[in-house]
Amino acid sequence: MSVPVSDVILRTDSVTKQFGGFTALKNISTSFQRGAITSIIGPNGAGKSTYFNLLSGALKPTNGKVFFNDRDVTGVAQHRFAKLGIAKSFQITSVFPLLTTHENIRVSAQALVTCFDMFSPRANMKDLDETADELLKTVGLCDRRDRLAGELAHGEQRALEIAMALASRPSLLLLDEPTAGMSPEETKSMMDLIVALGKERTIILVEHKMKFVLGISDRLLVLHHGELLAEGTPDEIRRNEVVKRVYLGQREH
Amino acid sequence: MTLSTLAHAPATALQRHPLYAKLKSHRVLLAALFLVVFPFLLPLKAVAVNILIYGLYAVGFNLLFGYLGLLSFGHSALFGTGAYLCGIAIAHFGLPWWAALIIGTISGTLMAALMGVIVVRTRGIYFAMVTMALSQCVYYVFYQATSWTGGENGLRGINISTLNLFGLKINFLDPLTRYYVVAALVVGALWFLSRILASPFGAVLEAVRENESRARASGYNIDRVRLVAFTLSGAFCGLAGALQAIHLAIVPIETLHYDTSGLAVMMCLLGGMGTFFGPFVGAGLFLLLENIVSIWTVHWQLFVGAVFMGCVLFLPQGVWGTILKRLER
Repeated sequence: MSVPVSDVILRTDSVTKQFGGFTALKNISTSFQRGAITSIIGPNGAGKSTYFNLLSGALKPTNGKVFFNDRDVTGVAQHRFAKLGIAKSFQITSVFPLLTTHENIRVSAQALVTCFDMFSPRANMKDLDETADELLKTVGLCDRRDRLAGELAHGEQRALEIAMALASRPSLLLLDEPTAGMSPEETKSMMDLIVALGKERTIILVEHKMKFVLGISDRLLVLHHGELLAEGTPDEIRRNEVVKRVYLGQREH
Repeated sequence: MTLSTLAHAPATALQRHPLYAKLKSHRVLLAALFLVVFPFLLPLKAVAVNILIYGLYAVGFNLLFGYLGLLSFGHSALFGTGAYLCGIAIAHFGLPWWAALIIGTISGTLMAALMGVIVVRTRGIYFAMVTMALSQCVYYVFYQATSWTGGENGLRGINISTLNLFGLKINFLDPLTRYYVVAALVVGALWFLSRILASPFGAVLEAVRENESRARASGYNIDRVRLVAFTLSGAFCGLAGALQAIHLAIVPIETLHYDTSGLAVMMCLLGGMGTFFGPFVGAGLFLLLENIVSIWTVHWQLFVGAVFMGCVLFLPQGVWGTILKRLER
């Protein structure tokens, strides 16, 4: 079976999200390039997280559709996204705190293989162990292998979460504020990790701190008051007068 | 405090000790050895069988409560269905004991699957309430089906005096022999449980317990995991019920009453939920207290209730859970 590989990996077709009477997102139509790192930025309350949750399937749009590889994935159950090849990390660190770092990744990788096998010992699944060890290396947590995830430092937990997302071998990786709450050094190494991962897969990330993502993104989307204010390359966004006014003019950037 | 932090302390030096791992991997064998001498350690030998049966029931309940954090108030339906169907197989159809036990186990499993389909979408208090409501429905069905179940009078005529095992005749009326037969089956069930917990599905149970939304994002269908766990829980409770039926030779209608559901919750909390042996320890404590205190007062429930409250307040990890924690220091 040959799948026509188009340049667009993910597309939203005039998606709108309302919570009660409040419209969090209005009519957003855009597409995301395969192989690129795209950042979604915007001031607080711009609708970034809502948009992220629509992309990752955690929320269903009130109107409009989401297409992944030209397939309509609007309203597809969340657990199916991993099998489609979309993985995500959460805005608030989300790991299995009382399992070891290695087991966190191993059980995430297991989802692709089996869920209900209750007769074979899990220790037999050597390839999952190896996958987990490889990913520990990728995110630089080898020396934390047998520590409980809950005992790790914040930055390490964020890295672990990315390894867990990678365990499902995604073609699209969605990261919700991957550097939230990180020290400058941790932020730097997270950005390096994202750039390295971006060489092999498509990455979409939501970020509040614009200055960090300008350097690593191929494209940016700027949201403001639930609307798509601008999109383009980092240079275009830097030069955009409207963006400057609503975003860069603020004290925090 | 979440359920998981209550039930599972972080791994300590002891847990990483090789001997601990070794003991843990042979826990079913250790349990079997213990059960051989268990009746002789008890002040009342007759309680031993009851402890085994209710212990197994609580183990089945714990699979859901302790390992997935789902509090069911309807497990009497699973225990009772196992008991009634096993009893009916013997009393009405004259089936051999082993076939009746299998039927009891399967019917508990099916009842759990049926209830599970309805309840797995609900959470928290709704889960507890819906399971309880469903178990009341089951209660009335069995209560009304008098010609099959004996209704209010209970199901009688489950008379088994000898067990025929490949030509070997076992005298089931001898209390100690009966104990060892039940113990053998309970050990078998524990072995099965131990395998499940060590399997890939066991890993999924841990993951769901630890962080449901992360497990979902990893690609696990949470509702289906819950349904399978509920169904498995029904297998253990159904077997416990079936054993109860052949042990008592009667199935009282109270077996299906929600008191019986509450019993599982109490035993689990007393012993330590989410631990492998906790439900057994809880069942043992509860039944021993009941039997000893009721010798000198009819108000035994008052004392058991006080002990229970004491446990909840001062030993929130249960007796076994607390012992494990002390050992780990």
